Amino acid sequence: MIDPAISPATHKVFTGDSTHHQDSMGEIHEPHNGHHEHHKENFITKYVFSQDHKMIAKQFLITGMFWALVGGLLSVVFRVQLGFPNQAFPILETIFGKWAPGGIISPDFYYMLVTMHGTLLVFFVLTAGLSGTFANLLLPLQIGARDMASPFLNMLSYWFFFMASVVMMASFFLPDGASDVGWTAYPPLSGVKESSPGASAGMDYWLVGMALFIFSSLLGGLNYITTVLNLRTKGMSMAKMPLTVWALLITAVLGLLSFPVLLGAAILLIFDRNIGTSFYLDNIYINGHALPNDGGNAILYQHLFWFLGHPEVYIIILPAFGLVSEVLATNARKPIFGYRAMILSMLAIAVLAFVVWAHHMFVTGLNPFVASVFVFLTLLVAVPSAIKVFNWIATIWQGNIRFTPAMLYAIGFVSMFISGGLTGIFLGNSSIDIVLHDTYFVIAHFHIVMGVSAFFGMFAGVYHWFPKMYGRLMNNTLGYIHFWITMVGAYMIFWPMHYMGLAGVPRRYYSFDAFQSFNMFGGLNQFITLAAMLVFFAQLLFLVNFFFSIFYGRKLKTQNPWESNTIEWTTPINAGHGNWPGELPTVHRWPYDYSKNGEEYIPQTTPLREGETGGH
Amino acid sequence: MMSAAANNNRFHPLKFGLWLGIASIIMLFAALTSAYIVRKAQGNWVEFRMPPIFWLNTVVILASSLTMHWAVISFRKMKENTFRIALSVTLVLGIIFMLCQYLGWLDLGNRGIYIDGNPSGSFVYVISGVHAVHILGGLIIMAVILIRSFIKAFNPNKITGVEMMATYWHFVDVLWIYLLIFFQINLS
Repeated sequence: MIDPAISPATHKVFTGDSTHHQDSMGEIHEPHNGHHEHHKENFITKYVFSQDHKMIAKQFLITGMFWALVGGLLSVVFRVQLGFPNQAFPILETIFGKWAPGGIISPDFYYMLVTMHGTLLVFFVLTAGLSGTFANLLLPLQIGARDMASPFLNMLSYWFFFMASVVMMASFFLPDGASDVGWTAYPPLSGVKESSPGASAGMDYWLVGMALFIFSSLLGGLNYITTVLNLRTKGMSMAKMPLTVWALLITAVLGLLSFPVLLGAAILLIFDRNIGTSFYLDNIYINGHALPNDGGNAILYQHLFWFLGHPEVYIIILPAFGLVSEVLATNARKPIFGYRAMILSMLAIAVLAFVVWAHHMFVTGLNPFVASVFVFLTLLVAVPSAIKVFNWIATIWQGNIRFTPAMLYAIGFVSMFISGGLTGIFLGNSSIDIVLHDTYFVIAHFHIVMGVSAFFGMFAGVYHWFPKMYGRLMNNTLGYIHFWITMVGAYMIFWPMHYMGLAGVPRRYYSFDAFQSFNMFGGLNQFITLAAMLVFFAQLLFLVNFFFSIFYGRKLKTQNPWESNTIEWTTPINAGHGNWPGELPTVHRWPYDYSKNGEEYIPQTTPLREGETGGH
Repeated sequence: MMSAAANNNRFHPLKFGLWLGIASIIMLFAALTSAYIVRKAQGNWVEFRMPPIFWLNTVVILASSLTMHWAVISFRKMKENTFRIALSVTLVLGIIFMLCQYLGWLDLGNRGIYIDGNPSGSFVYVISGVHAVHILGGLIIMAVILIRSFIKAFNPNKITGVEMMATYWHFVDVLWIYLLIFFQINLS
C-alpha cells in the first residue's frame, strides 16, 4: 500500500485529473489526496523550491554553468602568471587588490586560484553540474516516470548543493582568502591552520562546503538509483534502457559508495584541525615551534581521499559516456554498436574504480609489490575503455551522420577520450609514473581525459537536450563556432603540456625563474596561456547562445526534433510536472532501432511487428 | 484500493532508498574503521580497556530494538495505545543509550584517555561520536512520529514511515554491535 503522505513517488498530480493515474508500475493509483493539496504553482514553487525534476535539472545546470565560468576564469588568471611570470598587469591589482600587488599575482593567491579551480571544476561543475543536470532531466523522462522516487529529497539535493555553493563562494571573500592547500586538501598542509593563509578560515569553509556537497550528492544518488530500479514504465526492462540511464545509474552507485568515504576523511581532518587530534599530523614544526600532535599518518588521508577520488573521476566521465552514446547513435542513424558490451564495460569500470586508488600514490613510499598490484588493476581499466571507444567508432562507421553541434561534441569527446586515455596507460605504470608524477604530463592527462572529455559530453548533452528543456532550439552556427574553437583550443592548451611534463617541468610551481632548465618553455607557456584565454572567451559564445535561446531561440515545432527513439521525446514540447498528460507510455523495444528494415527510426513505444524481437 | 495487494509484492521505493542510505552509512563506518586498522598497524599505539558501561549500553540498545519491533507490530495490529507506549519506551532507551555513551566518554577521560591524545583513543571518541550522531537522528525521527501519534488521528497508512524508522533503528543498533566488537578485538 502506498501512502501518499509518505510516498511522494507519484504525488503532486499533473493534469488536473487526479482520480486515476497509471503509476510507473503500471498499476492504477489511488486518488492523490494526500497532504499536497496545492496543485497550483506559484513562482516560488515553480522556479525556486520546485520539486519537478525537469526544473531541478535546469537549476543544477545553470548553477553548474555559473561555477564553470568562475572556475574557468580562475584558471585564466593563474595562467597569466605562468605565461607572463612577474610581468605587471595593473588591471589585476585593480580587480584583486592586495592579492595582486603591483599587478602581479601573489604566490598565496596563485595557490588559492589553483585549489579553487580544481575543487569547483571537479565537484561543482563536472559532478553536480553534469550528473545533477542529466540524471534529473533524463532518468524520469527516459524510463517513463512522472518524477523521481522522492521529489522532495530531490529538491533538498539541489538546495544542499546551493548551500555548498554559497559557502564556497563566501570563502573567496574571507580576509585570508579561500582554501589554498590544493583541491585534494592533503594534510599536513590542510591539517594545520597556520600552514598558509588559506589553511585557516578558508579551509574551514572548504570543509563545510564539501560536507554540504556530499550530502547533496548522496541525496541525489539514492534517489536516482531508487528511481531507475523501481519506477520504470511498463515494458522498460533493464535491457531496454537507453545507455544514458545505465550510465547515470552506475554513476549514482559509485557516488553513493565513495562519497561517504570522503566524508569520513573530512571528519577526521576536521577533528585534527579543530579538536587537536592526531589522525594525520605527526611531528610538525611550524614557525620554529613544535605542534603537540603526535602519532598521525598523513598517508592515511591520501588512502581515504583517493578511495573516493578515483571513483570520482569515473563519476565525472560515466555520465558523459552515456550522453555521448545516445547522441552518436541518434545522429549516426545507426543502432549503438555492442549495447551489452557498453553496459558490461561500464560495470567493469565501476568495479575497477574501487580497486585502483593507490595509483595516485606511487610516490608516497608505497610498497613496490603493492604498487605492482595496483598497476595491474589500473591497466585493466584500459580494456573496458577500449571496448567503449571501439563501439563508439563502430557506431558511427558508415552511418548517415547528421553533424549537429551535439554530434560534433560527441565525436570530439571520443577523440579527447582516446588522447587522454592513452597517456593514462603511461601513468598507470608505477615505474613511469614515478618519473612523470607531479609534472605537467599528469596535468595534460587528466585535463584531457576527464576535464575536457567530460565537458564535451556535457556540451553534447546540452545541445542535444536543450529543446527538451526549453522547447526551443539553440543556434547552430554559434554552436559550430563554439565547437571548433573549443576543440582546437583544448588541444592547443593541453598537448604542449605533455612535452613539458616529459622534460620534467613540475606542476604546482608558481614560477620557474629559479630553474634554468625550464626557461626554455617560457614561449610555450605563453602560447598555452593565450590558448586558454581564447577557449575561455569562446565559452561566452555558448553562454550567449544558451541564454538567448531560452527566450528567443527558434521554437520547437515537433515533439521529436532529432527523430530519436527514446521516450523523452514523446512528452509534449513543454511538459508539465508529471511529464505525460495521459497515461505513461508503454515500451516495446530497445532504444536503438535506427535504419532498421528500411525505416529511418522506430521509437521505443512502437509495438513489435511480426517477426521482430524486442531486443538487439 | 487496487494497488494495495500488488504493492505488497514490490519493494517500496522509499524503503529501497533507505537501504541505499544505509549502504552509504556502512561505507562511512567502513572508511573510519579501516582508517583505524591502517593507523594501528603503524605502531605508537596506546592500548586501554573499553569503558565497561559500553556493555551495559549494548544491552540497552538491544532492548530498544525489541521494543521498536513491538511498536511496529502494535502499529500493524492498529493498537494505537500499545504503539505509543512501545515507541515511548524505545525513545527513552535510546536516550539512556546516549547518556551511557556520554558516561563512557567521561570514564575514558578519567583514565587519561583524551580525544586529543594518542590516536587509539581519538578513534574511539570520533567513531562512537559519529555513531551517536546517527542515533540522535533516529531519536529525532522517533520523537516526531511519537508526537504525531499523540496529536493526529491514527492512520494505518503511515505504516511505511513506521517501518522505515524501525529499519533504521535496527541498523544503528547492529552498527553499534559491530563497533563494539571491533573495538573489543582491536583494543585488547
